[in-house]
Amino acid sequence: MISRRDFLQVSMAASALYGASGFGNWARLAAQQSLTQDQLLEFETFGNISLIHVTDIHAQLKPIFFREPEVNLGIGNAQGQMPHVTGAAFRKAYGIEDGSPSAYALTYNDFSALAQAYGRVGGLDRVSTVINAIRADRPDALLLDGGDTWHGSYTCYQTAGQDMVNVMNALKPDAMTFHWEFTLGSERVNEIVEGLPFASLGQNVFDAEWDEPAELFKPYKFFERGGAKVAVIGQAFPYMPIANPSWMFPEYSFGIRDENMQAMVDEVRDAGADVVVVLSHNGFDVDKKMAGRVRGIDVILSGHTHDALPEPVLVGKTHIIASGSNGKFVSRVDLDVRDGQMMGLKHKLIPIFSDVIAPDPVITALIDEQRAPYEAALSEVIGKTDSLLYRRGNFNGTWDDLICDALLSEREADIAMSPGVRWGPSILPGQEITREDIWNVTSMTYPNAYRTEMTGEFIHIILEDVGDNLFNPDPYYQQGGDMVRVGGLGYRIDVTKPQGQRITDMTLLKTGEAIDPAKTYVVAGWASVNAGTEGPPIWDVVESHIRNQGTVTVAPNTSVEVIGA
Amino acid sequence: MELSRRETLALGLGAAVMALVPFRANAAAADAISAFTGGAEMADGGVSLTAPEIAENGNTVPIEVSAPGAVSILIVAAGNPEPGVATFNFGPLAAEQAASTRIRLAGTQDVIAVAKMADGNFAKASATVKVTIGGCGG
Repeated sequence: MISRRDFLQVSMAASALYGASGFGNWARLAAQQSLTQDQLLEFETFGNISLIHVTDIHAQLKPIFFREPEVNLGIGNAQGQMPHVTGAAFRKAYGIEDGSPSAYALTYNDFSALAQAYGRVGGLDRVSTVINAIRADRPDALLLDGGDTWHGSYTCYQTAGQDMVNVMNALKPDAMTFHWEFTLGSERVNEIVEGLPFASLGQNVFDAEWDEPAELFKPYKFFERGGAKVAVIGQAFPYMPIANPSWMFPEYSFGIRDENMQAMVDEVRDAGADVVVVLSHNGFDVDKKMAGRVRGIDVILSGHTHDALPEPVLVGKTHIIASGSNGKFVSRVDLDVRDGQMMGLKHKLIPIFSDVIAPDPVITALIDEQRAPYEAALSEVIGKTDSLLYRRGNFNGTWDDLICDALLSEREADIAMSPGVRWGPSILPGQEITREDIWNVTSMTYPNAYRTEMTGEFIHIILEDVGDNLFNPDPYYQQGGDMVRVGGLGYRIDVTKPQGQRITDMTLLKTGEAIDPAKTYVVAGWASVNAGTEGPPIWDVVESHIRNQGTVTVAPNTSVEVIGA
Repeated sequence: MELSRRETLALGLGAAVMALVPFRANAAAADAISAFTGGAEMADGGVSLTAPEIAENGNTVPIEVSAPGAVSILIVAAGNPEPGVATFNFGPLAAEQAASTRIRLAGTQDVIAVAKMADGNFAKASATVKVTIGGCGG
C-alpha cells in the first residue's frame, strides 16, 4: 500500500516551510522575504487525483490572527497522541524549529511576537489563490468543505449565511458537510442547500420523525477523476441536537451511525468505487475510532475539533487529515489510485500566510461587496486590549475570561458561564477591538445572555456533564469542544475520574468560600440550547463592558486546577 | 435581582437534568432478565442492538434490535425505575427476527437486549446510552 518513501514525502511538508534563514530578526519584512508564495505552494504533483480540504472556516472572510491551544488533553488511548500534543512537544514531533513560520502557524508559544513578524493568516481571497494554484496543477482537483462555514461573523449573522454562500460558491466546491449551518434554522438551511451548485452530503443526516435518511442530504457522491471512481461520503456533526439547539432544526436527527457508514462504504465499493473519501465533521478522536471500526475508508478529511496537523494520522489503512480552522489552512492531498485501490498518498498542510500569499482580486472584490453594507458597524472601535485575546484551550482562553468578566459586571452575577467553543480569532496586545472582533467570538443565532439562579449542586452537575462530554475516555461519548468557561468560580478537575467525580473544590472567588450545594447563586451565561432563553445578546454585553473599560487587561486565570493530565 | 418565573423557566435546564449521574443496573433489571431466561447463561453475540451513543432526546430514544433465529427478544433499560421495556415475540412465519421502537431513558444507562433462540439458548447485547444536558463544541 503506502511505501515508506511516500511517508517521507508527507513528512517533508512541514519542513518545506522553513525559510532560508534569518529568523532571529523579528521584523515583518525579514520574515516575509524568507517565505514566498512559491514555497508555500511547492508541491510535486503526485498520482492521479487531488483533494483540496477546507473546514471550520467559521465565516472568516478576511485574514485574522489565530492562536493554537496550549492545553489540549487526550484521555485514555488518546493521551499524548496527536492532536493532543501542543507547544514544544508538537514542534519536536514534527521537527519544527522554534520561531519558524510553522511554529507560528501550528503552536502557541511566543504568539504575540511571532504574529508581529509573520502577520495575519487566512482570508478566503488568499485561500482562492491556493485553490487556483492547485487547480493549475490538476484542473479537476476536488474541493471539499468540511462545514462550519456559514457561521461565526457579523456579516454572516446579518445575512443569515448568504455572505459565505456567495463567496464559497465562487470558489466552486464539489461537496460539503455540516454543523453550525443548522443553527440558521432548518427552513433557512433547506433553502440554501436546495440552491447549492454542489453536493450536500451527510450519511448521518436523518429525518427525526421516521429515523430514515433525510431526502435533502445525500449520503455520498461519485466523482470520475484521473480515470478512477472517487466516492465522497459525508459525515455531518453527530451531536447537533445536543450541542446546539434542537428546536432550531426539529425535523433532523444525526448521530454517528457507524453501522450506516459501513453500509455506505460497502455500497460505494460494490458500485465500483476505486477510492473512498469521508468528508467528516466528527472531530478528530471520533474519526480515529470510526476509522478503526468501519472497514474500507481510504481517507478521512477531518473537521470539527479544529486541529491542524502537518502529517496524516494512519489508523489501519485509513489516513486522517486535519486541516485546522478559521481559514488558516488548506490541505492538499494527492492520491495515486490504480487497479481499484489507493497505492499512495501525498499531503501538505498549507498555512495561509496572508502577507505572503497574494489575494485573488476577484474574490477580494466579492468579499468587499458582502461587507460593504455593514462596513461602518464592523469597523467601529469599541476599545483596546493590553493582553493577547485568544480562545483555544481546554479550560480557559483570555477572550472567554473577558466575556465572563463582562457577564459578571454587566449582569451583576456571582458566577458566569461561557460555552467552550473553539472558533473565534485572536487579538494582539496593543490592538484596537472593533465591533467585528467582538462578533467574531460571539456571533450565533442563540446569543441571549440569561441571568438566573442555580444551586451549588446544580452548578456541579453542569460542570460534570460538560466535563464528561470532553473527557469521557470513549470518543463516541465526546461532543468535541472544550470545558465550559467559568467566571467568579474556581474548581479542581481530575480528568481521569468518571462523571460525577471529576469536579471538586468548587469555590466562589469573590468570597473565597466553598460552593454550598444547597445554596442558590446568581449565574449569568449565554448560548443556552433551550428555546425561549431571555436576555440581551452577548455581543451587546461584551461591547458595553469593553466600552466601560476603555482598555482591557485580562489577568492570568489560575482558578482551574487540573490534575491527572 | 428578583428572577421572574418566566426567566427561570426560560433557562429551562429542567428537572430531568437532576438525573444525570449514571444510573447503575438495578436489582429490578436483573430480576426482569432472570425471569425471562430462567437464570440460564447468556452468550455474547447473536444479538445486535443499535442505539445512539448519546441520546438526542432522552424521552424518545430510537433503538433497533435483531437476532436471527430468535423466538423472543427482551429489552431492558437497566437504569429506569421500571426497567422492563418490551418483549418481542416472533412466530415461525416471521420473515426476520428484528424490531425497532423508541424508549424513554431516565438518565445515562445501559440498554440490554436478551434473545431467546429457537434451541432454547439465550444471547445478549448491551449499549450505553448517554443522556446529557448538552453544550457546545467546535
